[in-house]
Amino acid sequence: MKKVLAIIMCLGLMLCALAGCGDNASGDVIKIGVYEPASGDNGAGGKQETLGIEYAHSLQNTVTVGGKEYKVELEIVDNQSSTDKAKSAASDLIGKNVSIVLGSYGSGVSIAAAPTFEAAKTACIGVSCTNPNVTLNNPYYYRICFLDPFQGEVLANYAWDDLKAKTAYVLTELGDDYSVGLGYYFTEAFTKLGGKVEAATFQNGNNDFSAFLANAVNAKADVIFAPTSTTAASLIINQAADAKINIPLVGPDTWDNSVILDAANGKTLNGIYISTFYDEGSSDSAAAFLTGFKGWLNANPVKLENNGGNDIVAAHSALGYDAYFVALEVIKAAGAIDAETVAQYVSDVTYTGVTGDVVFDENGDVAKDAIFIKEATNAGAWKSVKAQGVKK
Amino acid sequence: MEIFIQNFMDIFEKYLPALLAGVSAGGQYALIAIGYTMVYGILRLINFAHGDIFMVAGFMMVYLSASLPWYIALPVVTILTVLLGYLVERAAYKPLRSAPRMSIMISAIGVSYLLQNAAWYLTGGLPKQYPVIPFITESVDVLTASTKIVTVITPFLTIALVIILSLIIKYTKIGMAMRAVSKDFETSRLMGIKIDTVISMTFIIGTFLAAVGSFLYFSNYTTVTPVVGAMPGLKAFVAAVFGGIGSIPGAVVGAFIIGICENLIKFVAGGAYATFSDAFTFALLIIILVAKPTGLFGEKTTDKV
Amino acid sequence: MDKKKRNSLIAFGLIAAMLLIIFVLEQIMPRGHMLFVVLKKSAIYALVAVSMNLLNGFTGLFSLGQAGFMLIGAYTYAVLTIPVADRAGVYFYYDGGLIQFALPVVVGILLAGLAAALFAWLIGLPVLKLKSDYLAIATLGFAEIIRAVVQWDKLGPITNGSNLLKRYPSFDSTLFPFIVAGICIAIIVLLINSSYGRAFKAIREDEIAAEAMGINLAKHKMLSFVISSFFAGVGGALLAMFQDTITANAFKTAMTYEILLIVVIGGIGSITGSCIASFLFVSCSEWWMRFLDMDKYNIGDLNILRPGFRMVIFSIVIMIMVLFYRKGIMGDKELSIDSLLALPKKLKRGIGRLFGKSKGEVTK
Repeated sequence: MKKVLAIIMCLGLMLCALAGCGDNASGDVIKIGVYEPASGDNGAGGKQETLGIEYAHSLQNTVTVGGKEYKVELEIVDNQSSTDKAKSAASDLIGKNVSIVLGSYGSGVSIAAAPTFEAAKTACIGVSCTNPNVTLNNPYYYRICFLDPFQGEVLANYAWDDLKAKTAYVLTELGDDYSVGLGYYFTEAFTKLGGKVEAATFQNGNNDFSAFLANAVNAKADVIFAPTSTTAASLIINQAADAKINIPLVGPDTWDNSVILDAANGKTLNGIYISTFYDEGSSDSAAAFLTGFKGWLNANPVKLENNGGNDIVAAHSALGYDAYFVALEVIKAAGAIDAETVAQYVSDVTYTGVTGDVVFDENGDVAKDAIFIKEATNAGAWKSVKAQGVKK
Repeated sequence: MEIFIQNFMDIFEKYLPALLAGVSAGGQYALIAIGYTMVYGILRLINFAHGDIFMVAGFMMVYLSASLPWYIALPVVTILTVLLGYLVERAAYKPLRSAPRMSIMISAIGVSYLLQNAAWYLTGGLPKQYPVIPFITESVDVLTASTKIVTVITPFLTIALVIILSLIIKYTKIGMAMRAVSKDFETSRLMGIKIDTVISMTFIIGTFLAAVGSFLYFSNYTTVTPVVGAMPGLKAFVAAVFGGIGSIPGAVVGAFIIGICENLIKFVAGGAYATFSDAFTFALLIIILVAKPTGLFGEKTTDKV
Repeated sequence: MDKKKRNSLIAFGLIAAMLLIIFVLEQIMPRGHMLFVVLKKSAIYALVAVSMNLLNGFTGLFSLGQAGFMLIGAYTYAVLTIPVADRAGVYFYYDGGLIQFALPVVVGILLAGLAAALFAWLIGLPVLKLKSDYLAIATLGFAEIIRAVVQWDKLGPITNGSNLLKRYPSFDSTLFPFIVAGICIAIIVLLINSSYGRAFKAIREDEIAAEAMGINLAKHKMLSFVISSFFAGVGGALLAMFQDTITANAFKTAMTYEILLIVVIGGIGSITGSCIASFLFVSCSEWWMRFLDMDKYNIGDLNILRPGFRMVIFSIVIMIMVLFYRKGIMGDKELSIDSLLALPKKLKRGIGRLFGKSKGEVTK
């Protein structure tokens, strides 16, 4: 019995190995890697970003390179929102000979994967990783969203001017470079305005925020700024409502997710404000994207489920959509499909997408100067508050 | 004196939210810890999968309440969780009864690994919102603080369940058998006690309490993820060791101490030491183990040569 | 005597051949191929698994602190070797950090081991008196405490708080982890075969009898604990190099469990078993089973193959191993040249017996 079982297991493993190797692409295919979290704390947002990319791919899945038409294939890997899984997920993409990579949601995993992409001389276009360290000193990393110094400053201005806050309670997650970084920039900007900041950190996996919220009350905070993953955010919102915390909550771009709306639904809070990349009313192309994307989601139950079970469009989907077309432009400009050549042409590409203009600077960043503030209503919907830039 | 009382009341009011959260967390840890301590008392096994069974109970509630009303979903989830605990014992621990203790502990780690990965696969790895169980999730004012009703009833419910459990162990036949088996495995087998029944019963009671614990815990912390059971599980185990593993009152006392301490740590000095809320639990454990190796209420055992 | 000489010569030849094959493969295959990723990670895990085996398998001390010692090693290495020019970028939130020098790689790796060993000595003083499960839970607790301390922002100028450490020198060639891990494992083997190793085994078999034989329990337990942690620290440094970036969050108890599973699958008390198991474990979880996650291999409309399925199958395989092959791949035996030479004969006999048996069953 044991021997037979052993042999079956060995055979099974060998089959697996063969299947793993027999992954040869045929001649006329170009592969675009999608390096996004599909599980873990940031999974909900990563899935929405991937949906945007997939939608763009469904609209245009061919590209002409050197007079020859190639079929575009997406290679999607899951980095599980975890920096220690980043290396193997990125290596998996490199192993599949992708020409260019898109992603990721969450800056930590992007920073962690940057050396791998650099070693393989493969360019990666960040979709919504806003921490400056993603592109800084990483010649192969680009991004199409705004940066955290900007976002932190805008949110600090918003808290100071519009919410009339004098004291802010900043709650960041340990081990998450995105969270710590954004907290740092917010604090910097807010103290410069003359405000006072009380800071606190929590461990990854922490479930109970009531002590933190009580501390915010004791510190007489006028606003709570929590740049966290959506998982932590929904816990914070729930517990703030239970403890009848009467302080407005301010969240960053990660909070632009239906998870937050679900949490805010039916809760009595003194306002949940978030910043985000895109507003449906900002341009004609944005409106067109919105209707097209909603139709595509509603036609496919699996995609709709990945979007959180509703057709509320997150800014990350719009960014993912733009990132895919930027990648196509890059490949066209390069006139080649090997990653090393493609990487040399990223910085030259310009593109106007639904979330604004993409023009890379010497760091590989774009100068997007618009940020949209939205409020989550207790009916579970977003309400646009304003578009805001840095005070000149 | 009056000033002193006034100061005391001020401090008490200030710390009240943290204390409430601590007592509630303690009650939930206690319910999980009893499962650990009973299994350890009988099998000398650290059942690493216990925290994950607690997690599975959370997910079952999420999925079942999508199609069933909560008052049907609650008992169904309880039954399914107990069934899962029973099956895990039969499939993963019973075949190893004669094996070295290391193997059975590895098997527990394997089950934990399997449950987490299966949950990851079936749920897509995304955090799920726990359904609202009416009444206990409503808001209530306690002196100057506001919280959910569940926070207030958790400690009372826990203590009630522990009293019932103690009565069962003290006065019923199966309870007597449990005590006999935990004293001396081999002799009680020779005395005609059906060891397998006793062990199954232990797992059934342990997982039942874990299921109740999951209702309370997730009504408070409404996000369920595949790894959500790991930390509460570990802390409950620490609580069980802290109180003296094998002792039910010990596990309960240990759980309350740990629950309160970790929430106070998050709170004191404006949260400057919040980083250490988990670490403090373990530091406390190590201090207790070094000072009193069998825990607060543990019986001293001597090794036979 | 002659036979022993011949065997060590063959072993040496095999190792040289393996290194040569890896070298040649690196020249002819694309650099980023998954094979190299898996080989690098396996070599590192093999070292850590062997170090854990020294403690759990050979000395009988059940410790679950391996992730903590790896963390100390990884951080020591990373903190001390980041080039001075890059420190401003890495320690951005802490004004470039406190340390303004960079040590060479070899010194960094050695110090990583020594730092882990030092901590092990400090931790060992109180906890090594504890018995079996209590020791396990105390060491596990220490690993968690270390993780929290490293993340404390007051230590930020040294540890960079909870943020990623990066830009320290890492390796490119697969040969590097193989050689470093190989040397370390060789030292552990020499230790196990020495009189110390025999004392460790005596403690494992029966503490009281060992003490009666004149073995100093406290000293030998501490020695085993410190040496094991030294190599776990080196393993942590290698893991840091492999991953290019490191954060304390990665060193959770789940990592210790993974290593423990490798030790058990390989066979508690078998060095070669731990090595083989770590290669199988890493290749299965990272590479061979990846296709199970891809929905394009689905048959028909069944949506079974989707992300996560790989790990489900993987954990089922592990459960089968744990339940039906309690002794692991090697038991407590070693893969020796003699057994390798005898393998063809054994295989022939085994196949013969298998077919004979199944024939017998059919005729019945």
